Amino acid sequence: MNAIIVSALLGVLMMFSGIWVKNRAAITNIAAAGLLLLVIANLLNTYGVWVIHVNTHGMLEFQQFGLFFNTIAFTATLLYVLLSGRDMERTGADTAEYYALVFFVLCGVSILTSFNGLLMLFLGIEILSIPLYILTGADKKNLRSNEASLKYFLMGCFSTGILLMGITLIYGATGNFSFGNSQPIPGTTMVSAPFLEVAGILLVFVSMAFKVSAAPFHFWTPDVYDGAPSVFTSFMATVVKAAGFIAFVRLFSMHTALMGPSWRIIVTFVIIATLLVGNITAVFQQSVKRMLAYSSIAQAGFMLFALYSDNDLAKEGILLYSIAYSLATIGIFAILIKMNDYTFDGFNGLAKTHPVLAAANTVFLLSLAGIPLTAGFFAKYYMLASAVKAGGSIWLVIIAVIFAAVSVYYYFRVIQAMYFKEGTPSVVPTGKSFHTLLIITAAAIILIGLFPSWVLNFLYF
Amino acid sequence: MIPVLLILTPLVTGLVSLLLKQSETAKGWALLSSLVSLIIAIAGVFFYPKQQLVFDAAWLPDLGSRFALQMDGMGKMLCLLTAVSFPVIFLATYRNEYRNAGRFYALMLLTQAGLTGVFVATDALLFYFFWELALIPVYFLCSIWGGERRIPVTFKFFIYTFIGSLLMLIGILYVYFHTPDRSFAMHSFYRAVLDARMENFVFWLFFIAFAIKMPVFPFHTWQPDAYEQSPTAVTMVLSGVMVKMGIFAVIRWLLPVFPHASVHFADVVIVLSVIGILYASLIAIRQDDFKRLIAYSSIAHIGLMSAAIFAGKSAGLNGVMVQMFNHGINVIGLWIVADAIEQQLGTRKFSELGGLAQKAPALAVLLAVMAFANIALPLTNAFVGEFLMFNGLFQYNMWMAAVACISVILAAVYTLNMVQKVLYGSTGSITEQAGETAPNVQWALVLLAIGIMVLGVYPQPMINLTKDSVQAVLVNR
Repeated sequence: MNAIIVSALLGVLMMFSGIWVKNRAAITNIAAAGLLLLVIANLLNTYGVWVIHVNTHGMLEFQQFGLFFNTIAFTATLLYVLLSGRDMERTGADTAEYYALVFFVLCGVSILTSFNGLLMLFLGIEILSIPLYILTGADKKNLRSNEASLKYFLMGCFSTGILLMGITLIYGATGNFSFGNSQPIPGTTMVSAPFLEVAGILLVFVSMAFKVSAAPFHFWTPDVYDGAPSVFTSFMATVVKAAGFIAFVRLFSMHTALMGPSWRIIVTFVIIATLLVGNITAVFQQSVKRMLAYSSIAQAGFMLFALYSDNDLAKEGILLYSIAYSLATIGIFAILIKMNDYTFDGFNGLAKTHPVLAAANTVFLLSLAGIPLTAGFFAKYYMLASAVKAGGSIWLVIIAVIFAAVSVYYYFRVIQAMYFKEGTPSVVPTGKSFHTLLIITAAAIILIGLFPSWVLNFLYF
Repeated sequence: MIPVLLILTPLVTGLVSLLLKQSETAKGWALLSSLVSLIIAIAGVFFYPKQQLVFDAAWLPDLGSRFALQMDGMGKMLCLLTAVSFPVIFLATYRNEYRNAGRFYALMLLTQAGLTGVFVATDALLFYFFWELALIPVYFLCSIWGGERRIPVTFKFFIYTFIGSLLMLIGILYVYFHTPDRSFAMHSFYRAVLDARMENFVFWLFFIAFAIKMPVFPFHTWQPDAYEQSPTAVTMVLSGVMVKMGIFAVIRWLLPVFPHASVHFADVVIVLSVIGILYASLIAIRQDDFKRLIAYSSIAHIGLMSAAIFAGKSAGLNGVMVQMFNHGINVIGLWIVADAIEQQLGTRKFSELGGLAQKAPALAVLLAVMAFANIALPLTNAFVGEFLMFNGLFQYNMWMAAVACISVILAAVYTLNMVQKVLYGSTGSITEQAGETAPNVQWALVLLAIGIMVLGVYPQPMINLTKDSVQAVLVNR
């Protein structure tokens, strides 16, 4: 609850700060301080201190799992602002508004981690999505940014429509807004209608799959991620996407029994399609930014394992995955934004001219590829382990690791460019604090890769 | 404590080496570090009591994985091989110049840490970690300091081994969920209960990973290119020590965890190995490049080891143990000669060499010793190992042993052919100005030659050292 209220208030505060504060660097500092406050408020909530009690009539439910994800999301956003705040100032004139929108997105995130019922899910998704449509078009003079924004908006509307349709069907079938509660409405003769309910669940599934860019509902992702200003792509691809997965898992974790064995068939199909589309297309990209867009689809394929196996390992795993993936992707984007040339060749010889950037970038890429000693390894490890534990098909796991090996190909292309090829990359000048932050992030990835229990223990305290 | 020290010494000195700017300092530092490791290894293997060779600490309690290390007979022998190889390699390549020498030696030392870790880990997840830790530095070493086609070749090598590792990871996970106490510890793995169908399936997940590393036919295609393109110091590590990871892992993890499957598929694996032996030997005959010849000859030798392991007879396994060490030092010896010639004359092609015996008699004698060891002539160490391995294979299946024995003749053909083309004949335009090699190379080769002779005449200590590991395998069958 704390997080929802504080983030909404901070969003409003940021909007007005644009009027009073003209110095853009100061605005970034205010936003960073606000995020710190948000993290603290959420931690207080985690340990039982409430800023304000609101009776939500059971529409929101705060569990350790969701609150812990909030902490992850807010900390990741803080890191993102510290690393890329300067670049956000360069995107356009309305720095304060961008931050306000970011806070509204975070408000949506905190609703998505605590909703209890489809109505709040819908609200959360909308609060999360609308600011993103605006952020995508933040580079107002750039045609591609505008195109991406419109495309995202139209496609987003479709998926919202489908979500609403699904909710309606479920409501019609069960008489209430929570899933898996097929009892006739008291006082009426309406019987439960499994067909309608299953149809509704499928529609909700489709819409959620759209939000997390799972194939075959991924078509918006590359264009939007590529067209949006890189600073905001970084945010969309990490915090927002991870929040989508948390909502996805939260929504379906209790109700998979409803669909019986056919559930796994559907998820298997989506996993394989997502891994296939994401990895194979990423191999052929020439621009690192577009490669990262497809790689984010590929990573979503792995995160979907949490839905497939649906056990405690999966829940721990999706949190670890969010951390590993967000840290690495925010880091890579922070470096990418500093490059003037987004193609693979643009990275040629970076190790010579900017050893710190290259070394940190290598750690991030190794983590995304899931190489041991990095957080990314344990993220993938938990996902695969949960599937094996759930007694799932071992072939699915084998297919997944083969695609993981494919992903090594395109991640390592960047490493090859940086270390083994000659060139003079043109990079925006970077400061000492930027380097320090990158090193800290890389060190965190390696530490989590050695001792994942340090992070996951928070879940049980 | 000894296994921890053996891992930490190269790990810490390697990280320090990253900061060294001067090329000379980095070389001296690496050599010093590897000598310290050697002293620790010798002390651990020969002088310290058993309790000192075990280490166990909490690592990932929620996952059931512990930081557990132990040096049994086979572990001792391979740690010794690693610890002997690195100083010899550093000594022999002491005069080679590398760009950013500090980083080069740092990565070499990290590789050493990973290799040692693989040989002492008794926890499956930890084993997997070290398995990868040994691979990643090698990837960078080959890609940065390698030959002309280094980037695609090394990448192929990396992808191959990475797919293998990931398949093994699935296997590890599957076995883990079938251990009685949900733990990654080696002894829990040995007690895991798998039904026959799944045992046969998961066996292959592990075997492919190990077969790629060894490499066994038909998973060997990465190897000749990788050996040829890597800087020679790295090739020495690859062929001298790293391929032993695969053989070691088969003995340590594959046979005991899948006892039925490894008997069930023994024929398949032995047939693949024997095909590999003949195929590689035949190709080796046609090679004109020193490095490629050693690469193919190495595939043939490793194939024989893999066949002898799956034959599962006591003599054969003893032979494999001895041969793991012997092949390591012999092949490093050959690489040193190849590197010495290339550094001096700038070519590795037999067609451009010849008459070196007149110009560099000392090198010629040492090359001859290495070549005899490669053919497994009596009085050289390899004879003992190969004899025992053929013995084991013969007990298993006479016909397979007979076919594999052809490789001995083929080995003589390509090795003697190589000796003849390099050492004898008339000198060409390139070999005209050849001279004796530098003393550090000669010293390294002399040390190896002494080792070859001593172990060839008196191999018993080596056999005694690994007796317990052989027994452990036989009991589990």
